[in-house]
Amino acid sequence: MSNPRRVLICGATSAIASAAARCAAASHDLLFLVGRDPAKLRAVADDLRVRGAAQVETFVMDMNDIARHQMLIDECALRLGGVDAVLIAHGTLPDQAACEASFDAARAELETNFMSVVSLLTLAGNYCERQGKGTIAVISSVAGDRGRQSNYVYGTAKGAVSIFLQGLRNRLHRHGVRVITIKPGFVDTPMTANFPKNPLWADPSSVGRGVYRALCDGGDVVYLPWFWRPIMLLIRSIPERMFKSLRL
Amino acid sequence: MLRWRHVPLPHPGPSSVLPFGNGRSYGDSCLNDGGLLFDVRGLDRLISFDVEHGVICCEAGVMLADILDLVVPAGWFLPVTPGTKFVTVGGAIANDVHGKNHHCAGSFGCHVRQFELLRSDGSRRRCSRSENPDWFAATIGGLGLTGVILWAEIQLHRVANAAMDIETIRFADLGGFFRLTGESDAAFSYTVAWVDCASRGKSLGRGVFTRANHASHDTSSAWAPGSAFGIPVELPGAVVTDTVVRAFNAWYYRRPQQRFRRVHFDSFLYPLDRVRNWNRIYGRRGFFQYQCVVGSSDGRDAVAELLSRIAAAGGSSFLAVLKVFGTIPSPGLLSFPRPGITLALDFPNRGSGTMRLLDRLDEIVRSSGGAVYPAKDARMSADSFRHYFPRWRSFCEYLDPAFSSGFWRRVAS
Repeated sequence: MSNPRRVLICGATSAIASAAARCAAASHDLLFLVGRDPAKLRAVADDLRVRGAAQVETFVMDMNDIARHQMLIDECALRLGGVDAVLIAHGTLPDQAACEASFDAARAELETNFMSVVSLLTLAGNYCERQGKGTIAVISSVAGDRGRQSNYVYGTAKGAVSIFLQGLRNRLHRHGVRVITIKPGFVDTPMTANFPKNPLWADPSSVGRGVYRALCDGGDVVYLPWFWRPIMLLIRSIPERMFKSLRL
Repeated sequence: MLRWRHVPLPHPGPSSVLPFGNGRSYGDSCLNDGGLLFDVRGLDRLISFDVEHGVICCEAGVMLADILDLVVPAGWFLPVTPGTKFVTVGGAIANDVHGKNHHCAGSFGCHVRQFELLRSDGSRRRCSRSENPDWFAATIGGLGLTGVILWAEIQLHRVANAAMDIETIRFADLGGFFRLTGESDAAFSYTVAWVDCASRGKSLGRGVFTRANHASHDTSSAWAPGSAFGIPVELPGAVVTDTVVRAFNAWYYRRPQQRFRRVHFDSFLYPLDRVRNWNRIYGRRGFFQYQCVVGSSDGRDAVAELLSRIAAAGGSSFLAVLKVFGTIPSPGLLSFPRPGITLALDFPNRGSGTMRLLDRLDEIVRSSGGAVYPAKDARMSADSFRHYFPRWRSFCEYLDPAFSSGFWRRVAS
C-alpha cells in the first residue's frame, strides 16, 4: 500500500468524485472536500470517514466564486498540513439548445467548466511548482476531443481544459509535478440521468476507481473506460468535410 | 433514483410508487407494474461505525456485502443474513429477512436499533422500539409500503475472523432431519438442511444437514472464494427437466463430502452468490420460488405431506431447503418468520401444472396454521395472504397512500 496522500477534491459530492474519494478513503488518505451543498458534503464526509479516511475536512463554496480560490488552497494546506494531490471534478452539463439560443447561457457554462478550472489550476500549479512535487488531476471529457453539434459548448470547455492541461504539464514536468487529464466517456450519473443508456455507458464507481488509479500512478492522459481511447482516435480521424454532415 | 437522504421525495404524480433496492425478491413484492419505483441504491453511504460496540449506521441502499467488507476485518458480523449478500439494508428490513441462524438470532428486524422513515407527505419519523414503536413494527416486514427507509442502525455480532467451522451430515429420512436439528440447535449458531425432494416412500425427506459456528479466536482464517462463474445467457427452458433435477438431487445426496471443514463465510452463507445470474438456468419462463413455514406442533406431519405432494408431482426442485425456526418473535406486523418448520423450494415455471401444485401446497400450509413468504411469492391469493398474516388490517393504517406494489394490489384489493 502507498503512503497516505493529502488530497483536495473540488466537486466532491459529484458521483465520480465521491466514488474516487471512496478509493482514497480505503487507502487511508486525508481528504479536503469542496462542494456547494453543506448537507451533501456532510453525508459524503461521514461515508468517507467510516470507509477509512485518516482525516476528512469539508469546505462549502461555489467553484464559480473565483475570488475565494486562493483561500481554498490555503485552507486545505492548513487543515491537512499540506497538499499532495488536487482532483478537480466539479462541472455542469449545459443545455446545448439553451446555449445556442443565448450567449449568456453559454458564457455561464464556460465560466463553470473552463474559467473556474483555469483559476484553480493556476493557483494549484504554482503551489505544486513551489513545493517541487504534487499531482493535479482534472476530469475533462471525451466531449472535448472533437466538437459535435449535440454538445459543443460543453465540448469547448472540456477541450480548452485539456489543452490548458497540456501546457501546464509541459511547464510543470521539470518541477516534478504530475498533471493528469482524465477523459471519461458516458457515465451514468445524476448529470446524465435523462439520457437513454446503452452498453457504452459506465457506472460511476468503476470510473471513480479509474480516477483514483490515475491519481496514484496514471499516465498523462487517461480515458475511462479505456476503450474510449480507440473510439476517440477514430472519431478524431474522420475528415472534417465528412464529419460536418454526420449527426453526432 | 434517490441519492440524498435529506432531500424530499420526488413527486410521483398520479401513479403509485414503491422503493426498490437490489431487486432480489423473487416475486412482485419489489415490483410496481404500471407505477414508479424509487431506486434506493443511490443511498449507499455509510454514516457511522462504532467498532467498540459493533453498531453500524448506514443509508438504506447499502448492500449487506459492503457492510461485511467493512466490519469483518474489525471483528464483527451481520447478526442475521439471508442466502445472498447482494441485498440492501432497506430490503432486509422491509422483508424482515432471516437466515440459517434464526433459531438463535431471530429475524433481521430483531437487530435493527432504529431507522428513519420518509413518507410521501414529506413527514419524517425516527423509529425504534421506544420511538414510534408502531411505525417500527409496521415498517419491519412492511414490504416498502409504509414509506422509504432512509437509513438504519444495526447491532452487529462479534466474530473472531471470516472463517466458519462447518459439519455436514447425511440423513436418510425426515426423522433423521428432526433428530439432527434437535441435537444441534443448542450448540450450533447455524443449522440448515438440503432435502432431496425427488425421493419418496421410505427415503422421503432424505438430505444433507449442515451445522456451523463462526471459528474461534485461536484459529486461522479462511480464504474468500472468488466469483466462480456466471451464466452468460438465459438457457432454453428445456434444460431443467424432471430427469435433470432427479439426477442432480441423487448426485447431491450421494456426493462425497468431508464431514468437518473450515471455510470462508462466503462459501457457507452465500454459495449462490458465486454463480452470477444463476436464475438464467431456468430460461425465459423462469421459475417460482416457494417458501412456507408450517406450525411447530403438527409441523412434522405437514412437512411430510408437503414433500410427498411435491415428489408425487415430479419433484422438480433443485434446491429444497429445510430449517426449524426458533421462538424469538419477529418484530414486524407482517413478518414471515415464526415458530415452526420452514421449507423453501424452487420450481421451473411449467404453467398451470406448477400453479396447481403450489395451490395444493398452500392448502397444506393453511391448514397447519403456517404462512408463505411474501418476498418469494408471485401468486398467493388474497384469501391466503389474510390467513397467513392476520394482522394485515392493522398494517393497513400505516400504508403510505402514494405507495403500492404488484404484490400488494394482488393480496389486499
